[in-house]
Amino acid sequence: MTAPRLLPVETPPEKPRRRLPFSPRHLFLMPVAAIMLVPLLWMVILSLETEVQARSFPPVLIPSGLHFANYPAAWNAVPFGDFFLNSTIYALSTVAGNLLFCSLAAYAFARLRFVGSNLLFIVFLATLMVPYQVLLIPTFLIVKKLGMVDSVGGLIAPNLCSAFGVFMLRQFFRTLPIELEEAARIDGTSRLGILFRIVLPLSLPALATLGIIQFMWSWNDFLWPLIIIDTANHAPLQLGLSMLQGAHSTQWNLLMAGTVMSQIPMLAIFLFAQRWFIRSIAFTGIKQ
Amino acid sequence: MPGVVLEDVTKVFPGGTVAVDQLSLEIADGEFVILVGPSGCGKTTALRMIAGLERPTTGTIRIGGGVVNEISPRDRDIAMVFQNYALYPHMTVYRNLAYPLRQRRMPRRDIDKRVREVAEMLSLEDLLKRRPAQLSGGQRQRVAMGRALVREPDVFLLDEPLSNLDAKLRVQMRAGLKRLHTRLGITTVYVTHDQVEAMTLGERIAVLSDGKLQQLGPPQEVYDRPANVFVAGFIGSPPMNLLRGAARGGRVTAGQLVLERPGVPDGDVVVGLRPESMRTAVDGMPAVDFRVDVVEPLGDEVIVHGALAAELIAVDTAANDAQVGSLNGSGIEAVARLDPRHRPAEGTTIRLGIETTEVHLFDAATGLAIR
Repeated sequence: MTAPRLLPVETPPEKPRRRLPFSPRHLFLMPVAAIMLVPLLWMVILSLETEVQARSFPPVLIPSGLHFANYPAAWNAVPFGDFFLNSTIYALSTVAGNLLFCSLAAYAFARLRFVGSNLLFIVFLATLMVPYQVLLIPTFLIVKKLGMVDSVGGLIAPNLCSAFGVFMLRQFFRTLPIELEEAARIDGTSRLGILFRIVLPLSLPALATLGIIQFMWSWNDFLWPLIIIDTANHAPLQLGLSMLQGAHSTQWNLLMAGTVMSQIPMLAIFLFAQRWFIRSIAFTGIKQ
Repeated sequence: MPGVVLEDVTKVFPGGTVAVDQLSLEIADGEFVILVGPSGCGKTTALRMIAGLERPTTGTIRIGGGVVNEISPRDRDIAMVFQNYALYPHMTVYRNLAYPLRQRRMPRRDIDKRVREVAEMLSLEDLLKRRPAQLSGGQRQRVAMGRALVREPDVFLLDEPLSNLDAKLRVQMRAGLKRLHTRLGITTVYVTHDQVEAMTLGERIAVLSDGKLQQLGPPQEVYDRPANVFVAGFIGSPPMNLLRGAARGGRVTAGQLVLERPGVPDGDVVVGLRPESMRTAVDGMPAVDFRVDVVEPLGDEVIVHGALAAELIAVDTAANDAQVGSLNGSGIEAVARLDPRHRPAEGTTIRLGIETTEVHLFDAATGLAIR
């Protein structure tokens, strides 16, 4: 049964106005998007050109033919399979490590009261202000002491937890109503149980954000692998690609073919989780 | 005997705020006790200490005879309903109800049986697959009750459970709560600032102000015989009219009002008049002039606001101040509750008779009732 309608519903009269099939701000955004696309497009074009075309100036924008052979050539020139495997291990391990260790630390900072908790948190935050380059050598020395130089383990270990992740998750945890945790305590849940059964399931947006940011960071990381890895078979993609860059000459077409391959997983993840990516950037207010 | 006993319990928060001050309270097994008072009076802190969510600074808390000060909330066999219900948003109603039992590692079959019993008792059967976000306020409230009841706790703690509901639902749930208590007989401590809930639900009510217990007793007794001006001003709606007066040789004078009260010691007093203790018929009673400002007809009665021919004072219930010294007479209206057949016109002055047996007297210096 529907309630009797007391007032007629007013519908605004339709205005016969010519409208763009898109919003006006797209008039600005579309050219910007096109500009952003240029380097990507050029990378793909170069990867399909011959070595001579790729090296010529002015650049050849329309290749004479599609030289797909560059791809297997690049794959075989260096141990690409190893690079992929190493990058995948590196990215997934650091994502898993960050999600676990950052949540544990973040929960402690968000909810547990212990002596010096605020001071410790400030010290944590302060490390965010130290440039990465400053930390490189001390980190290297520690990893060396641990006997992990030139191994995937040495690649992963220093990146298992980040002050940024702790900070971000702490801020998020603090927005969750404390009563949920109190109710869980009364219902008989331990501290760790509260973290894993109540807090983390409610923090999926923040965890996804941290995971995506960490994955992008690890996948694209070049500097740390450059420092710690010596053997080609232990290199992740970004470092491995540099092996296509010779001291005297570079086969740009092969390098670009390799770069395209290295970016395919990121593009796939982006297409798959576009919503999360956009939310992540909005969420943290940072861009990488 | 799972009663609750508080002995000289004090809670001082970091920063020095005394939330609860030397509170002693004995709650019998199966009793329904209300902690009532203005916001910030320490009632919620007291409840949280019983729950184990706050640790008392000094004093002891006993549940069922044993001291529980050092016992964690999970081992106290209490259940609590929070003001905002605190339902787990990522779980269905079924899993919310089952959660406390799963945490206690109860066999799955027994959990299912208990959950379905409680769901039936609270008419939640059709909602078991929904999530809290898909429920109305009243349904959420029932789920919160259910999650507390499912464990069959020794003590049931409720923190303003009805304050987020609309007026009509609140009346329904109030009756429901009372029925539930009669049926299950679980010791219940109920925190509210709503005195209607306090009056209707509690077997006894504890009026708190400024962290201190002001009065403890059955609702009617607290209403009829308030122990001090704070309780007098807080319990009752519309509140009691308080007049500045003086006692001399067994006679109490407050403005036009003169009462014979042999035995009352000389000195400044506060005269308390409930709105319903004033009558339009004057015959032989002490009487005062009442200038009518606003008339609120409620059908069965008329609430009349105006000025009484005596100096009115107010107890600042919001500031938790039971002392008379800080009372201030400016801008307070007198309120009378009259028979609708004698509805006065606004702007007129009427003469109201005072039922002398219903007049309350308080010592102006201490605020305590003179009996």
